[in-house]
Amino acid sequence: MIFLISSFLFLLIGSLLSFLCRCEETKKWMALGGVMVGSVTGLIPAVFVLAGKGPLSSSLPIGLDLLSAFFLIAILFVSLLTALYSWGYLKGEPHMTVYCTFFPLLVGAMEAVVVARDGFLFLICWEVMSLASFFLVTAEHETPKVRHAGWIYLIATHLATAFLMAFFVILFKKAGSFAFDDFVRLSPLSASLSGILFLAALIGFGTKAGIFPFHVWLPHAHPAAPSPISALMSGVMIKTGIYGILRAFTFLGPPPLWWGETLIVAGIFSAVLGVLYALMQHDLKRLLAYHSVENIGIIVIGIGLGFIGRTLHNPILQLLGFTGALFHVWNHAIFKGLLFLGAGSVVHATHTRAIDRLGGLLKKMPVTGTTFLIASAAICGLPPLNGFISEWLIYVGLFRASQSLSQLPLFLSVAGVVGIAFAGGLAIACFTKVFGVVFLGEPRDPTIDGVKESSLSMRVPMGILALLCIGLGLYPQFVLPVLISICQQLDPSLLLTSALNETFSSLSTISIIFVMLLILIASLLIFCRFQLKSKIIRKALTWDCGYALPSSRMQYTAASFGEPIGTFFRVLLKPITSSRADHFEEHVVDLSERSFFAPLFQRANRFLTFVRRQQRNRIQDYLMYIFMTLVILLLWEVWFGI
Amino acid sequence: MEFSALPFIIHIFILAITPPFFLGIIAKTKAFFAGRKGPPLLQVYYDLIKLFRKGAVYSKTASPLLKVAPVIIVATTFVAGLLLPITGKAPFHFEGDLILFAYLLALARFAIILAALDVGSSFEGMGASREATFGAFSELAFFLGLVVLAVTTNALSLNAIFQWESVHPTLKPVFLLLFFSFFLILLTENSRIPIDDPNTHLELTMIHEVMVLDYSGPDLGLILYSASMKLFLFMALTTSLLWPQPMEWEWISIGTLFLKIAGMAVAIGIVESANARLRLIKIPQFLIANFVVTVFALLVTVFNKGT
Repeated sequence: MIFLISSFLFLLIGSLLSFLCRCEETKKWMALGGVMVGSVTGLIPAVFVLAGKGPLSSSLPIGLDLLSAFFLIAILFVSLLTALYSWGYLKGEPHMTVYCTFFPLLVGAMEAVVVARDGFLFLICWEVMSLASFFLVTAEHETPKVRHAGWIYLIATHLATAFLMAFFVILFKKAGSFAFDDFVRLSPLSASLSGILFLAALIGFGTKAGIFPFHVWLPHAHPAAPSPISALMSGVMIKTGIYGILRAFTFLGPPPLWWGETLIVAGIFSAVLGVLYALMQHDLKRLLAYHSVENIGIIVIGIGLGFIGRTLHNPILQLLGFTGALFHVWNHAIFKGLLFLGAGSVVHATHTRAIDRLGGLLKKMPVTGTTFLIASAAICGLPPLNGFISEWLIYVGLFRASQSLSQLPLFLSVAGVVGIAFAGGLAIACFTKVFGVVFLGEPRDPTIDGVKESSLSMRVPMGILALLCIGLGLYPQFVLPVLISICQQLDPSLLLTSALNETFSSLSTISIIFVMLLILIASLLIFCRFQLKSKIIRKALTWDCGYALPSSRMQYTAASFGEPIGTFFRVLLKPITSSRADHFEEHVVDLSERSFFAPLFQRANRFLTFVRRQQRNRIQDYLMYIFMTLVILLLWEVWFGI
Repeated sequence: MEFSALPFIIHIFILAITPPFFLGIIAKTKAFFAGRKGPPLLQVYYDLIKLFRKGAVYSKTASPLLKVAPVIIVATTFVAGLLLPITGKAPFHFEGDLILFAYLLALARFAIILAALDVGSSFEGMGASREATFGAFSELAFFLGLVVLAVTTNALSLNAIFQWESVHPTLKPVFLLLFFSFFLILLTENSRIPIDDPNTHLELTMIHEVMVLDYSGPDLGLILYSASMKLFLFMALTTSLLWPQPMEWEWISIGTLFLKIAGMAVAIGIVESANARLRLIKIPQFLIANFVVTVFALLVTVFNKGT
């Protein structure tokens, strides 16, 4: 516990000192040093808890059980690497003050969110986390686009917090205190009340996590933020939403069937639509942001499957669903963090995020390119990497569900398999597009030159994350016992069956096959090199079917690559195209933004015009409003005593 | 996992040596329908030997990825082949290997699309884009087909699925529907007519062939070899739907394997002779229609299960 508290202290001191310092270099040292030391001290207790030394608790309203420790490790590990990366990234960057002040604060707030054991403390930390990330998103506030993104993020996150406030206040009214332990003792709640609480938690936490249709802020905020912050937000901050859903699940008692069903439906929509929109993007970071929606969808499908398994007393579904979802939380933190760091290196070197202007970077940035390739394969769920293992667990769960269930759950589990499979196919299309256009071929825009590989402190974190992608893919057994004990913590009545052992013993066969695959590839490569040694090898121009003067502008672009799918789904995506003989452009506007949030806010705007007319921007008026609200609330409390 | 050496060696041997032969059968069938004599049955072997003895030409644009990709494709296709039972039990089988099978093939697709984009040719980009699009759609039907198989046979391993222990499947409506669906997936995944024409001469209309325009020599040989192996795997998988493997390994099962795959190759040859290639814009519709057939198979299964 002492480690945990000192970790907070390091982070807060880092934030404060870097705010007070004047010299840019000291600022950087204070902030990044604070994050690094804080992360390492925070990782120690988390690793101890996960290793089975028992949960930590204290007189303070904070505690560290397996679930918290699991998320804490992801948060602090990615923060540590991001801090290391920022060392190189921040060279010559403006906005040092904002970055250095709020970066440690964001890490500290995320840490506090997962260890808080009190509703009130949780909400405060949640709010600090949202605000710190808001300031980081708007760090480059000179551009109107960034200000717009920040505005959307601020509204989205506060709407979500409103639902969370409702959630915790209702629980407080029932339990008489804000302590999580008292919440747990409440169950069973009445069906309608727990239903309302479930929906409030789903909307509140789902907005942070980026579940469709509440994901609208993600594709705006992630590209606006500086790249290391995008990695932090997309890799781990949105996972606090997943943590929240799982934590709320422990308060609400045994779930009815429709919770799991709702989650699976939401997950399928997030997964498929997330990747479809990703495919249509031309902005590297916006594309990655949409892929977070897809991966959160896969995690939510896993959680939904776990809920259904719990309701129907089917422990194998419960275990496969939850272990798959939790493992995907770590995996997504690893490869999405890596992808955003890689994108950051690309943007740092080329000063553009437009995919269609780039090309041929693999030769100029070999480390960034190779690690980006590994992460791309991992996010597509391809063997032999970590993404495959977690998707495999969820797949096996869904296959088993379709064998053993009937009626609506059967239909949903089949839809889940098909949804993840289709999302996987589209993800392959999407990441071959990104990697192919950005890193392969020739540069499409000749004005971008002098591209150099990024500095050592940026390459090391990317290398570590790429190694983790491979390592967790080859040896997932390392994490599995931890995942199973978290499942047991979530539901103490859970029984481990022999069917489970069978499934998990499959994983060791998978490891053997992966090693075999790698050996086969390596030996074939050596053989080919040997084979070609005595032969004549020539270099020539790319064959363009007889055309003698190919130019780099003739290459296929990202827009043309995604066009067939865009055309097929034009009813859904409604792309806005403008084409001339020598020019083609295609843009899509998000479905939920276009047909849900935009009309909603327009209505609200029209409805509230009469309020605006009264507004004279005088501070006395606002003070009076606040006073009147308080008086009304007081009277309400006196008369009705809610 | 029980393990016996002889079937394992024979499995590897069949998987590594025989696939190009069946491309020869398809070519012969097509030649027969066109009234020609056609190339010899072993023509693909001659081609492969010729290619492996040549040097190579690489594009100036290409990165090392271009050289690694063919190796990855061959290795993944081969490992996928170790999961599929072709004569008796598969060398590797476990709960959930059907997902690994599908994803290994997806890895091969990932590699070939990147290799196509590596050289920066607009033609190859076009082929890559089509491969990615149609691959996603055929994955949709393929996974649904796998779910239907898993539900019908109550198994999660290709080995158990294609060795029905309790019911003999032939002429059950579900399997006829699935056979049809998997046959169309076979045509799509292996770029045969009516999806793609392996012998076309117009780069604008190609899918698979246009992606490998910049390959030469041994690399091209590897790609040709892996394509034949992939076709072999899909033919084995599809025919097993109507004619499953025996439970235990016997010498005779090698004979039946060749017989049924040769039959399948002739069927592909007939389909290719009798049809024209679809317009590219129609292909997603074709694949979605195939998906609907699989949905129908699912409904049949679920209703059977309910009664």
